Amino acid sequence: MAAKTASNPQQITGGVTIRAQRRILALQRLGAYAVLTILALVFAIPFVWLITTSLKPPAQLFRLPIEWVPNPFAWSNYPQALTMIPFFVYLKNTVYITLFNVVASVISCSLIAYGFARIRWPGRDALFIVLVSTLMIPFPVTLIPTFLIFRDLGWINTPHPLTWPAFCGNAFFIFLLRQFYMTIPEELSSAAKIDGASEFQIYRLIILPLARPALAVVALFTFLANWNDFLGPLVYLSDRDQYTLAIGLYGFLSRSGTAFGPLMAAATMIVAPVVVLFFLTQRTFIQGITLTGIKG
Amino acid sequence: MAQVLTRTQRRPMNPIVRRNLINGLLFISPWLFGLMVFTIYPVLASFYYSFTQYDVVSPPKWIGLDNYIEAFTNDPLFYRAIGNTLWYAAVALPLGLLVSVSVSLLLNMKVRGLAIYRTIFFLPSIVPDVASALLWGWMLNPQFGLVNQLLKRLGLPGLGWLADPTWSKPALVLIGLWGFGGSMVIYLAALQDISEQLYEAAELDGAGSWAKTWNITLPMLTPTIFFNLVLGLIGTFQYFTTAFVLTGGGPAGSTSFYALLIYNNAFRYFKMGYASALSWLLFAFVFTLTWVIFKTSGRWVYYEGEKS
Repeated sequence: MAAKTASNPQQITGGVTIRAQRRILALQRLGAYAVLTILALVFAIPFVWLITTSLKPPAQLFRLPIEWVPNPFAWSNYPQALTMIPFFVYLKNTVYITLFNVVASVISCSLIAYGFARIRWPGRDALFIVLVSTLMIPFPVTLIPTFLIFRDLGWINTPHPLTWPAFCGNAFFIFLLRQFYMTIPEELSSAAKIDGASEFQIYRLIILPLARPALAVVALFTFLANWNDFLGPLVYLSDRDQYTLAIGLYGFLSRSGTAFGPLMAAATMIVAPVVVLFFLTQRTFIQGITLTGIKG
Repeated sequence: MAQVLTRTQRRPMNPIVRRNLINGLLFISPWLFGLMVFTIYPVLASFYYSFTQYDVVSPPKWIGLDNYIEAFTNDPLFYRAIGNTLWYAAVALPLGLLVSVSVSLLLNMKVRGLAIYRTIFFLPSIVPDVASALLWGWMLNPQFGLVNQLLKRLGLPGLGWLADPTWSKPALVLIGLWGFGGSMVIYLAALQDISEQLYEAAELDGAGSWAKTWNITLPMLTPTIFFNLVLGLIGTFQYFTTAFVLTGGGPAGSTSFYALLIYNNAFRYFKMGYASALSWLLFAFVFTLTWVIFKTSGRWVYYEGEKS
């Protein structure tokens, strides 16, 4: 806002005060930079600490005062982390669950949102309110019966409870996609209808291609949610060879004792894909959060 | 009844309306299935279980209101968990709101390097909870942790953090605050949506930057603040992973949060009935709270031209 005042201060006051005002604004900006920079440093330190710890030899971890640079660099922490837990088994399980969810939820949510956004039918808006209000239900309320359903299906200790439900869609993403579909002009659909296109063809050939940015957001957020998920695997997976990385890392904590080097190496390897993904898809990310958050 | 029947008979549903209804229902049918199986049935079933004693092995046994009575009269952990959760909500939410709104206001001053700052603030929010918990557990290590070492360098005494009942909750708040970036990005987007004309008009009236922030920016931001606050509140009552990984509820029950209490009763002690009663109390509480917030929101949330 300060910048805006600086652009046309003449409108407000006469010559002398302009200079004083400019000085105040410059000071304000300086203050803003100072606060932001200090804060950014504070927020970046944990990342730096994660990486340096992951490269420190055991003896250096407990040396005081603190040393920032690993000496010598203990690269062996990484292979050690890979062998102290069956890292690649966990990775494979996590990748399976995550990719399954990404594909299934993009398919299901995009279809369901079409039914809510592009077809007019009696009862639609009432059901949409139901959809939105399911977002308010705290997870513990449904957790126990859902667990019992999967137990009766014999799905405990398999990835199925964490994968198949994705085909039923996710209220949050359906909401997001519906908002996006609503912005696509109705004329496109009606023109296709005159040409004899079915609803499914309109969905497949017109809406889906146009909704790609929003679908990317759904894919990205689904990836994150599943990669990071802790409670689901904790409840449903009890066998070590079914574990995901998140649960595996937790198990690692209890067995590693003071082996913070390998522990942080393992943590780094879980965080790294998320960070890389962020840098590759920054715009989708910001766009997605904007899409979800703006419609209060 | 008869009248309704004859009326529908006399006017059969318009074929286009009917086709749309069928198509619409077909498109949303996966969700409808999920709604029945994974929402409505579980909600009702857990209500039923809340009146039973159920250890998963033998069938549920009806015990009436005993679970609820047990919670209110005979379970000190129940009040402990409520207290801890409310404490966390009362401290973490306002603090998070303050930090994310102020940082986004600062970033909105058209600072150079916006993308870099935004990235640094945002990244922690997408770090998996387990990883951030492990990292912070190490950073807050009372003896060798970075935080205490920095405090000592500043001449301050080190704290027990997660090992100390007094400081365990503030430690968790600190960890939560590290992830404020998600809401910050939302505020940033909302800030960019505020019309320049409003500021220009205010400038004509001689408003300084403080007056503009107070009289334009913040009121225009209230719908977003409201949205974040509601979501944050619901989220707090489900706060689980970080505490579970780092403290498991300890020390001395100081971080036993409500969701943790439910999880322990259900999956550690297999008291499914009791855990269901606890979750229904949570449900009732969150529902009432959300309702009250929505009812009172008209007093402080400003909706531009009532367009939404």
